This record gives sequence, structure tokens and C-alpha cells, in this order.
Amino acid sequence: MTTENKTCFQHGMRDGSPIALGYFAVAFTLGIAAKKAGLSAIQALIASALNNASAGEYAGFALIAAGSTYLETAIMTLVVNARYLLMSCALSQKLKPDTPLRHRMAIAYDVTDEIFGICIAQPGYLNPWYAYGAIVVAIPGWAFGTFLGVIMGNVLPTRVVSALSVGLYGMFLAIIIPPARKNRVVAGVVAIGFALSYLVNRLPLFAGLSTGIKTIALTVALALAAAVLFPTDIVNNEEKSPQSGDDSKKAKVS
Amino acid sequence: MEHNIWIYLLVMAAVSYLIRMTPLALIRREITNKLLRSFLFYVPYATLAVMTFPAIMEATQEPAAGLCALIAGILLAWKGCSLFQVAVFCCAVAFIVELLLVFF
Repeated sequence: MTTENKTCFQHGMRDGSPIALGYFAVAFTLGIAAKKAGLSAIQALIASALNNASAGEYAGFALIAAGSTYLETAIMTLVVNARYLLMSCALSQKLKPDTPLRHRMAIAYDVTDEIFGICIAQPGYLNPWYAYGAIVVAIPGWAFGTFLGVIMGNVLPTRVVSALSVGLYGMFLAIIIPPARKNRVVAGVVAIGFALSYLVNRLPLFAGLSTGIKTIALTVALALAAAVLFPTDIVNNEEKSPQSGDDSKKAKVS
Repeated sequence: MEHNIWIYLLVMAAVSYLIRMTPLALIRREITNKLLRSFLFYVPYATLAVMTFPAIMEATQEPAAGLCALIAGILLAWKGCSLFQVAVFCCAVAFIVELLLVFF
């Protein structure tokens, strides 16, 4: 590991720690759902360590509880997790084109809302070691949170769990608000995103759609509208923000 | 038919991984199409905004606590606070507001 990669890894670990904390809280409640579906604590731990997807795992556990077919489980996982397809497409542009396949395949293991978010917020190209640093900190929080959720059920006071789970949204805000401050179109996308998401979640018309489908539909509609109306030359990799000057060189891949 | 939980877990894990791996492995170069580039540039902001609200109000016992955490988070992030600071302050605000709502 070069010094540069080591620094990136440490930065990743630093940014991954609040994620681990939030994951722990969310995974704890996920463990309760896993227990209801008949999973042992070890099975729940492995499910979380391999899937890294809250909604996807919830859906999967519900299907296991209902005794659905494997095909149904596969399709449901695909639908609920489809937003990661979109995130991976966006993330592919954040990697240096010559990034080796092994790095691409390793990062793919943990493209979650949160890891994706902090990776996108990095100036310049993404150094895979930054993602690895965040992943090694965040995954244990997620996996062991699920494990303890199965074993300990409702030991943590609900107020503590709900306060902790807000942390993940706080992180999303820390990722989207600073660019929104600099770029009016991004600010518009964020504001309209809040408004449309609120409407879609409140109107009875859309009540039958799963959260995953709503997220994908709104994301595509909003990002496409913004791209058509305000095509931009700013791509994360070339953004000339004050702090990105030197950092854009730091994404050397070993 | 008897179902095996391990097979369920394997199916879920395989599908989750393939969804994430395919674009990263296949899109190996920079996309030059301006519309597509712009689209992918806006995707993170659109999707993270959509996922944050109103979900943050459903994460707490009291929606008001989530709303206060949202407002605090936006203000702090606007002021340039770090990821960690914003996340921790949001938790603290949600916790305190929920406590206050119980007592008053």
C-alpha cells in the first residue's frame, strides 16, 4: 500500500465511523425482523454481511417468513435494490478509467446509500482505498447490529434507536447540502426532490408502490429533467472547487 | 416444498452483488455523451434527497423530532460542518426533541 493509499484508507475509516454508528441502530431493528422470519443470529449476521441493504433484507426476510419461492425472492431483491444499479453507474464515472477490475469488483461489494454518498462527495477521482477504509468500519456495525438485534431484541430503548437512525439522514444532508450551496441546479434538484418525495409518499394514488420503486422513479425523473434542462460540463472528476485542486491527483490506484 | 434459509440468503446475496458489480465492471471508460454525463452527475443529489425526506420523519417516534433534525442538519451542513458533526448533531437534536415532547 502506498502512503497515498494509506492516507485515503484512513480518511475512509474516519468517514465510515458515523456510518457504522447509524448502521448499528438500523441493523438492530433489522435483526428483530430477521428473528421473526426464523433466522438464527448467525444467519442474520451472514445475511447482513453479504447483502448490505436494509430495504432489500427487510423484503427478503418477509418473503422467507411467508415461505415464498427462491425466484420470487430473487425478483424482489432485484426490484428493491435496483437503485444500486443507478448508483453503480454514477460511481463508475467517479473511478479513473484505468482502475483495475479487481478494485471495481471489490468496491461493488458495498455500494450502499451511505458508502456511495461519501465516495461521491470525494473531490476528484475516487481512490478505491478510501471506499475500503469506510467499508471495513461500516460493515461490522451493520453485521453485528443485525446479530445483536436477533439476540437482544428490544433491549435498547426505542428512543435511543430512533435517535441513532436519524444519523444516517444527517449524513445524507452533509453530502448534498454543501454542493447545493455552490450550484443552483443541484439546490433545485434537492428542494424539488424533497417536495416530490413528500407528495409521492403522502398521496393515496401512489400508496401501492414500494419505497424502492418510488425512489428509482423519482431519481430518474428528477435527474433526467435536470440533465435535459441544465446539461452541465461539471463532472465530479473535473469539478473545480476550491479544495479539489491538489486532491484530484490523489486518486492514484496501485 | 421445504425451503432452506441458507439458499434464500445465497439468492439474495448473489442478486444484490450482481446489481452493484455489473455497471462498475462494464462501464470502464468516461461517458462522453453530455446528456448521460449530466444525468449521472445529478443522480446522487436526486436520490439522496428523495431518500432523506420524508423518511427522516418516519425514523423517529415523533415526526416533529425528525423534522427538527432535518432543519438542524441542513443548517449545519450549509455552515460547512463535517459529515460526523452533522450526523451526531442530528441524532442529538432528535433525541432531545423526543425527550421534550414526552415531558411537555
